[in-house]
Amino acid sequence: MSESAISENIVQEHPENGDVKTRRAFLAAAGAAGVCYAAALAYPVYRYLASPSEMALSASAVTEVTLKDAQKLPAGSVLMFKFGPSPAMLIHHEDGQWVALTAVCTHLGCTVQYEPQMDRIHCACHGGVYNPYTGANVSGPPPKPLKLFKVAVNDTGVEVTRA
Amino acid sequence: MTTKTMASNVYGWMDERLGISELAAFARKKTVPVHAQSFWYYWGGITLFLFMLQCFTGVLLLVYYRPGVEAYESVRQITFVMNFGWLIRSAHAWAANLMLFAILVHMFSVFFMKAYRKPREFGWLSGMVLLALAACFGFSGYLLPMDELSYFATKVGLQIPVAIPWIGPAIANMLRGGPDVTEFTVQRFFALHVVVLPALFIPLLAFHLWLVQRHGNAVPESEEAKPAAERKSMPFMPNFLRKDIAMWIISLNVLALLASVFPWALGKPYDSLAPAPMGIHPEWYFMSPFEMLKMLGSVLPGEAGEIAGLLLFTLGIVLWLLIPFYDPSKESGRRARVAHYFGLLAVFALLATTVIGYWTIR
Repeated sequence: MSESAISENIVQEHPENGDVKTRRAFLAAAGAAGVCYAAALAYPVYRYLASPSEMALSASAVTEVTLKDAQKLPAGSVLMFKFGPSPAMLIHHEDGQWVALTAVCTHLGCTVQYEPQMDRIHCACHGGVYNPYTGANVSGPPPKPLKLFKVAVNDTGVEVTRA
Repeated sequence: MTTKTMASNVYGWMDERLGISELAAFARKKTVPVHAQSFWYYWGGITLFLFMLQCFTGVLLLVYYRPGVEAYESVRQITFVMNFGWLIRSAHAWAANLMLFAILVHMFSVFFMKAYRKPREFGWLSGMVLLALAACFGFSGYLLPMDELSYFATKVGLQIPVAIPWIGPAIANMLRGGPDVTEFTVQRFFALHVVVLPALFIPLLAFHLWLVQRHGNAVPESEEAKPAAERKSMPFMPNFLRKDIAMWIISLNVLALLASVFPWALGKPYDSLAPAPMGIHPEWYFMSPFEMLKMLGSVLPGEAGEIAGLLLFTLGIVLWLLIPFYDPSKESGRRARVAHYFGLLAVFALLATTVIGYWTIR
């Protein structure tokens, strides 16, 4: 306490003195060093905690998923699968059409459900409804349609590709 | 209303309810004695800082660690898959070792400065319990990765209570969760390590720190002999605190260096059918008791040696614990040589058996 009070008095007595400048420069340098030090500590902690989201990000770089034996899926039924980190659905419609969509509701992220008897995709969380052919948001709170994937059916399975 | 008056209004409102100004006045009044042995005052603070680091890195490990069957796999994931996971784990393991070292330095400095004398007996006793809890932290944490070394270290360590007559085997089985070290053991050690031990350690630590505030720093006898006018001191705020923080930053740098240059290894996953690896030995802080038991075992083979060893240990610990009560006199402090020689003997025995322990594993 007394030490710093004395040095401040000296500084005040000679306001034009170089002491003020050196003191200020020293404090700025010390502050900058402190910030660098704290950042060097915080960076590994941040990256450590962010690991799962980084992994999910690299998983979402997936552009194609092959669903083995999915060509045997009966008409009027659905197959849930993971496209990268998030759930997706492959629907084999009664009329023989194949449709693949993301299964994450665009409202608040619940996983949606295909209801063949109602011919719709329904979200149980807040009653959102989507068209099971186009993914268009038909009613309820969803602001955007579900994303469609490209589907190719062959003898060994179904290939789902990012559109 | 200006910002300044607003701030002082908020302060006034809080102060009225929380009594902040009393604390501030106490902090301003607090001083730390300055003398030739002042250096040793930092070691309690260093221990405290390392404990806080343990809490922090421990919580970070808790984010990905899974006890039970998946224990090894989750530590492997932390070490090799998660970004900087190796560094967090290494820092936790190194800080544990540094903390035990700092505790030992702190304890011996208190001992040789005779800081345990009236009115500080509770400080000494609570400190000794904190040391015992820290050893339990070390022992339980060592098992959590469930690699080869931790498996055998725990197996051997839990054989020691077996030597206690009558109840020994039951105690060992209770700690192990069965007759052998298994997933059940790692699960209950995990509960001990992250719930039970902190729940005991933190309130006791608070008590220990409160006592230091209540009685202030003890001074060695040579200082006590001086008239009050000749004794020097410095204000805690900000002078000593500044030096304390400098010590903390030095400790943090030492830890960062050790943790990154010598990353803590992860061995092979444990295999209950595999033989113990060559050169297996306890951590340095358990080396001395391990070696003492080994030496006693060669003099008194079999169960007799084990029981004699336990008795001797218990006696030594009780004598060490009760030192404030048979070396109590403030006046005769300078002449209370018995305690001094006892301390020197303890340091010598610990160092010698540790050195012999490391010498004989080669």
